[in-house]
Amino acid sequence: MSSQFLPILPEIVLATGACLVLVVDLFVSDERRATSYLLAQAVLVATLLAISLPATEGARILFGGAFIADSMSQLLKLSVVVLTLLVFTYSRPYLEGRGLFKGEYFVLGLFGVLGMMIMISGYSLLSIYLGLELLALCQYAMVAFHRDSPRASEAAMKYFVLGALASGLLLYGMSLLYGLTGSLEIIDIHNYLARHGVDEIGALLGMAFIIVGLGFKLGAVPFHAWIPDVYEGAPTAVTLYLGTAPKIAAFALIIRLLAEGLEVLHADWQTMLAVLAILSLVLGNVVAIAQTNLKRMLGYSTISHVGFILLGVLAGTAQGYSSAMFYVIVYALMTAVAFGMIILLSRRGIEAEQLDDFKGLNDRSPWFALMMLFSMFSLAGVPPFAGFYAKLSVLRAVVQVDQVWLAVIAVIVSIIGAFYYLRVVKLMYFDKPEDTGALQQGFGLRAVLSVNGIAVLVLGVYPAALMSWCIAAVTW
Amino acid sequence: MLADWPLLSIATWLPILGGVVVLLSGDNGARRTALLFALATFAVTIPLYTGFDVTTSAMQFREFVPWLPSFNINYHMGIDGISLPLILLTSFLTVLVIIAGWEVIQYRAAQYMAAFLIMEGIMIGVFCALDAVLFYVFWEAQLIPMFLIIGIWGGPRRVYATIKFFLYTFFGSVFMLVALIYLYYQSGTFDLQSLHALPLPLTAQIWIFVAFMLAFAVKIPMWPVHTWLPDAHVEAPTGGSVILAAIMLKMGGYGFLRLSLPITPDASEVLAGFVITLSLIAVVYIGFVALVQGDMKKLIAYSSISHMGFVTLGMFIVFMLLAQSPTGEGARLGLEGAMVQMISHGLISAALFLCVGVLYDRMHSRMIGDYGGVVNPMPVFASFMVLFALSNAGLPGTSGFVGEFMVILAAFQADFWLAFLAALTLILGAAYTLWMVKRVVFGPVANENVGALTDIGRREFVVLGILAISVLALGIYPDPLVELMHPTIDKLVTQVAASKL
Repeated sequence: MSSQFLPILPEIVLATGACLVLVVDLFVSDERRATSYLLAQAVLVATLLAISLPATEGARILFGGAFIADSMSQLLKLSVVVLTLLVFTYSRPYLEGRGLFKGEYFVLGLFGVLGMMIMISGYSLLSIYLGLELLALCQYAMVAFHRDSPRASEAAMKYFVLGALASGLLLYGMSLLYGLTGSLEIIDIHNYLARHGVDEIGALLGMAFIIVGLGFKLGAVPFHAWIPDVYEGAPTAVTLYLGTAPKIAAFALIIRLLAEGLEVLHADWQTMLAVLAILSLVLGNVVAIAQTNLKRMLGYSTISHVGFILLGVLAGTAQGYSSAMFYVIVYALMTAVAFGMIILLSRRGIEAEQLDDFKGLNDRSPWFALMMLFSMFSLAGVPPFAGFYAKLSVLRAVVQVDQVWLAVIAVIVSIIGAFYYLRVVKLMYFDKPEDTGALQQGFGLRAVLSVNGIAVLVLGVYPAALMSWCIAAVTW
Repeated sequence: MLADWPLLSIATWLPILGGVVVLLSGDNGARRTALLFALATFAVTIPLYTGFDVTTSAMQFREFVPWLPSFNINYHMGIDGISLPLILLTSFLTVLVIIAGWEVIQYRAAQYMAAFLIMEGIMIGVFCALDAVLFYVFWEAQLIPMFLIIGIWGGPRRVYATIKFFLYTFFGSVFMLVALIYLYYQSGTFDLQSLHALPLPLTAQIWIFVAFMLAFAVKIPMWPVHTWLPDAHVEAPTGGSVILAAIMLKMGGYGFLRLSLPITPDASEVLAGFVITLSLIAVVYIGFVALVQGDMKKLIAYSSISHMGFVTLGMFIVFMLLAQSPTGEGARLGLEGAMVQMISHGLISAALFLCVGVLYDRMHSRMIGDYGGVVNPMPVFASFMVLFALSNAGLPGTSGFVGEFMVILAAFQADFWLAFLAALTLILGAAYTLWMVKRVVFGPVANENVGALTDIGRREFVVLGILAISVLALGIYPDPLVELMHPTIDKLVTQVAASKL
């Protein structure tokens, strides 16, 4: 029996820990709110240990097919938890400065992580959907977390309405598959389709709805409308949370549903993803140029990076999946630096979310200007930063399946994309500062942000370890 | 003993490490530390020359470490007779650039010095890389320090110039990346020497050639994708202009020799006429454009484009020459002429930009019209400037003559009219350079600002003096340089002559 539960030890630790934080937070006075924060971080560290504990030999499917523990789930969960650790560290000074330093942020964040972990390990439509909704509900509440901000409430409303719509579509697609195959389990669906061939019109219909739902969740064009508004409207700490770890979970969702469940229909979803990818790449990069708000710009940048991730997935080969996985992890890391920088520059009364707030940063803090430079050049895909290898591996996967034209479109739009990342560097280095206020002083934020920025460089100079891990993770 | 050391890695990473040290140590003492690292790097590159075996065309000082095994990407370094002179040029000029920026740069000197050191390491890496991805990584990474150098320490329109520079070169390079990935799927390797031997159908070769061409033509630069260069040159600080003209442009030429010609020889042959036409347009048309410039830096920039036209001309007339004499005598002359021209232009353009920098530091103007009669207050400087100008115009006895002469000679074997058009540069080059010298240096003192100029100081004298010696030495006795390249060029000619279809 114990072997049944050992693989879900991380989830158990996290769920217990989150409840503990919730209870403890009730009894802590406002002055000692840091207790909740530290406890939340401790829970994450414990979860991290629990994840790295068992060396999984091959994939294990548990609980009547509802749960899978394989090397992919281990790697993705590890990334999700590490990123959330970063996010909580960055968020603290931001929340403290705005009277938002409350236990709820961390409790919701922890339950969100639980949702992500269930999404990553879910192996039946039901558990996947439960994980997704757990994450989504936490996110809606977090966006609306800053009660007095009308902007945040508006963003939360939009997010909720569109998110609910997406969930509905996804659920409808799932129900079609269930009706057709008579099973909720990914493996059964896969086997059914393998037996009955690809001409099942019902399966295609279900797939179309699932892709639309996933498109909404990921923010692929034309289902992207919520991204810029939510990114801009939500408090920066929440945008940081939304923009990093959940992307990894959403990637897991695509792999589980499309690459594993609907593998037989690859030719069909490949075309659909190609359309989504191209639209996302073009629209994300072009519209980002026109933005003056950094958070909004990063929102459009997310859309374009989703295009790249989809390119890796649509190749439909082990190489494609591993490259997309590498991409999504690296993407989350570099974006974390960018949002961390916004928090570093912000203080009471100043959100520092406009591009102009970054003017002359090199004169104010050469070190952190350098970190932002790492992040921007990495997002633009310039070597020797990690973002370059992410792009290289995705392009390689696309060229391998003889879709050179997709690679050419992707590189053309990345030239366009380079422009708006360069503009941030230009503001930091070539302009004189307008705002000369001090940066956030929190040691945790500064230290972790530096480590995070250097990681973007180190992963670029030595990508072999993470890359081979990603490759090992997709050999199911 | 010394040959067992990973000299190429040291030459690449020592300046980068130096850049980090300078960055961390702050503005005080940044100049000394930077100079120390630049000198150390130059010292490391000298054993490359003394230990170089001039009898073989094989790659020497090789280093091989698996880097990204799952992609078959390796840290593979090595040099031959094409890369060695360029490496020496890089480490030599970086020392001079750092000395030249000693007093001029007051704003964030540590970052300035660090940027040049890091760029030096990256550029040496470009010339050492034998793995396509390693090459690409260095090739692209080098944009970042240059982007910052122009943008931070540049002139009034620096932001426009630097973004244009970055996007133009980035635009060219990404297609090269796609071509390299495509080649990887044809061969299963990113190793450049294996790619040299890879058979490819003509259509594929042409597409790959076009992708390479986009990258290298922008970099070198060729007409009509040259427009970023005058802007970048004019706005860059003196040191930036020097490195840009002297070394970065050569990366384009190096790319043609290392990638385009050996990997896609048949496509190069098919499209040689096209490239030669572009080269001649650069030589003649850009020569005329240079004539009318009122800005000294812009004039030198256009002169660079015109001279680089010579380089591409020398590389691509090879096919016409091979068609006439399969022994490859003439072809070798063309390629060696192109290489000598690259090295010599590296020295001369560096010297000319430094001369303009000397004037600019005193007068804060680059316009020819603001000067006149500089020889009166600055006789020492004027003699240097005249020497470099004559060398730029291709005066026999200076390095500028050797390369041009070899290319024209080769062109003459290929086709008389080709040689005639190319030889026009001797007249045009003399016209725009000497006319500029006449208006700036000679004549009566134009205004009281010029009259109040002080002659060059010790530091400037050392920098210009070293360059003057190199230009003359290479002009009088170019044999050591040519000898260095002989076997490599021979091998290149056989590679180019053999069809890969």
